[in-house]
Amino acid sequence: MPTQTAERTRPVEAVVPASGRQAARARRAQRTKDWARRAPLLPALVFLIIVTQLPFLATVVISFIRWNALAPDNRGFAAFDNYKAVFTDHAMRSSVLTTVLLTVTVVLVSLLLGLGLALLLDRGFRGRGIVRTLLITPFLVVPVASALLWKHALYNTSYGLLNGVLTWIWGLFGSDNPPQPDWMTDSPLAAVEVSLIWQWTPFMMLILLAGLQSRPTDAVEAARMDGASPFDIFRCLTLPHLRRYLELAALLGTIYVVQNFDAVFTITSGGLGTANLPYTIYQTFYQAHDYGRASAQGVIVVLCSLLVATFALRTVSSLLREEVTR
Amino acid sequence: MTSVPLTLRRPRRPAGSTARRRRRTGGMLVLVAWLCGIAFFLPVAWMVLTSFHSETDAATNPPSVGAGLTLDGYREFFGAGSGISPWPPLINSLTASVASTLLVLALAVPAAYALSIKPVRKWSDVLFFFLSTKMLPLVAGLLPVYLIAQNTGMLDSIWLLVILYTSMNLPIAVWMMRSFLAEVPVEMLEAASTDGAGLHTTLTRIVAPVAMPGIAATALISFIFSWNELLFARVLTGIVAGTSPVFLTSFVTSQGLFLAKVCAAATVISLPVLIAGFAAQDKLVQGLSLGAVK
Repeated sequence: MPTQTAERTRPVEAVVPASGRQAARARRAQRTKDWARRAPLLPALVFLIIVTQLPFLATVVISFIRWNALAPDNRGFAAFDNYKAVFTDHAMRSSVLTTVLLTVTVVLVSLLLGLGLALLLDRGFRGRGIVRTLLITPFLVVPVASALLWKHALYNTSYGLLNGVLTWIWGLFGSDNPPQPDWMTDSPLAAVEVSLIWQWTPFMMLILLAGLQSRPTDAVEAARMDGASPFDIFRCLTLPHLRRYLELAALLGTIYVVQNFDAVFTITSGGLGTANLPYTIYQTFYQAHDYGRASAQGVIVVLCSLLVATFALRTVSSLLREEVTR
Repeated sequence: MTSVPLTLRRPRRPAGSTARRRRRTGGMLVLVAWLCGIAFFLPVAWMVLTSFHSETDAATNPPSVGAGLTLDGYREFFGAGSGISPWPPLINSLTASVASTLLVLALAVPAAYALSIKPVRKWSDVLFFFLSTKMLPLVAGLLPVYLIAQNTGMLDSIWLLVILYTSMNLPIAVWMMRSFLAEVPVEMLEAASTDGAGLHTTLTRIVAPVAMPGIAATALISFIFSWNELLFARVLTGIVAGTSPVFLTSFVTSQGLFLAKVCAAATVISLPVLIAGFAAQDKLVQGLSLGAVK
């Protein structure tokens, strides 16, 4: 930066004689200055390109190779065979559907719940800090631990808390024949979704709560003075202010829930129609050892994600637009 | 909520009763907030309670809430019965999370500085590139990473996880940090440079104090996501470098189910993140919002 302050004065002198040599020097100085600005960015950029983009390129290459680790001799160029296999694969198609269903449900429900909770917590009351602490706990529990917790301590048919409470309530009325639903078998996808909603609602709440607290209070006061009802205030003032926070929470939630592996892996092991894309790829690669096909699956997932990401990034660019003027 | 149509229909009601009614609905909402908080916390409370029960008390139907407490679950977890020590995975997790968080900060802070305080031309493109890497499913690059690691002998090494976790958290970190640094008023920077402050002074005296809460929040988020990661750890590590989440999954399948012991394990492994998260929840709220939108 010291060089920069020096350069800032130099072009002024350079304009006066306007000789070719000095113009070249000014240009060179400008270039150094540009690089000085970019230099701090480079390590992060180079690191990300090497660690995330190069492996993906390798995935693309492998997706065109016939390569199963269990049959090492039968390896060669496969053209589009792997892709053909993926598209005709019933399991793959159903896992696409599962991923969409799982992600949309979890993100929407936890966003709505998070909004409700954030509105409740936005009011000042005694013990608000404690309630907030209670609420964010699910987000802080290690996902594998929470998946195990739901699977064994809550959903389990013979000693899980859910059926235990049913037994207890029925017992209060003198019945020893309580309903004991098998949560994970009867509605496996819902079982996974509930545990994920429980885990992600606090995250949504945190973002929206911060959004609410950055809301200018004078406009709300003025509206209240003019006799606006709480609902009108929410609809016309709070919601527009929260829009960007809602979009951002949805975007980040989607990024993480689409890639969810822990809950599917732990709660149902992908059984009963709960296998999502990451789990399916994991299986093809880690259990079937079909490297070629796993890569083709990966490439397809990336292409689909890019499609979604283009829309998502357009949303984010609206978030940034106001700031670009800085 | 019933109060809404009433006020619309009869705006000229006596002031006293409106205030009383508002107080009553307010009280209701506080109650609802408390109930929601307890409902969300309940599974965790149940996990902790179960971890202090004996195995027979843990697996009853209806649940035995008031059963006697014991430390057997924890004693079992720390290897008294089985002889499998949880310390190596815990230490691996700590190493991977702390090292990658430090690396994330070392890379993200300068990048965010370049993007916010000294905006680079076309900087929003660079920012989008960062965020877009986050949208590529990690699993799509897993196989080449696995093959490279296998051929270079990096398989089952904690440092491979450090590198991968860094790449996993770097985009979000740059994204959050950039906004925190954008909070530094331009006038202050200009004033500093007129007063002849060098880069070092500017950074330590002006940028750092404003950006510190943001750095803390970014570090916390990065630590949490690294500590929690399962897929990479499961595929790329084995006996030596296995992390806590991997240990937790193997723990259940290999030994049948001991509910109290599993709950004790889940509690211990979640504890570092819980403590860090509780201690810094204000920073977390601030960090998520500022980093995200402002």
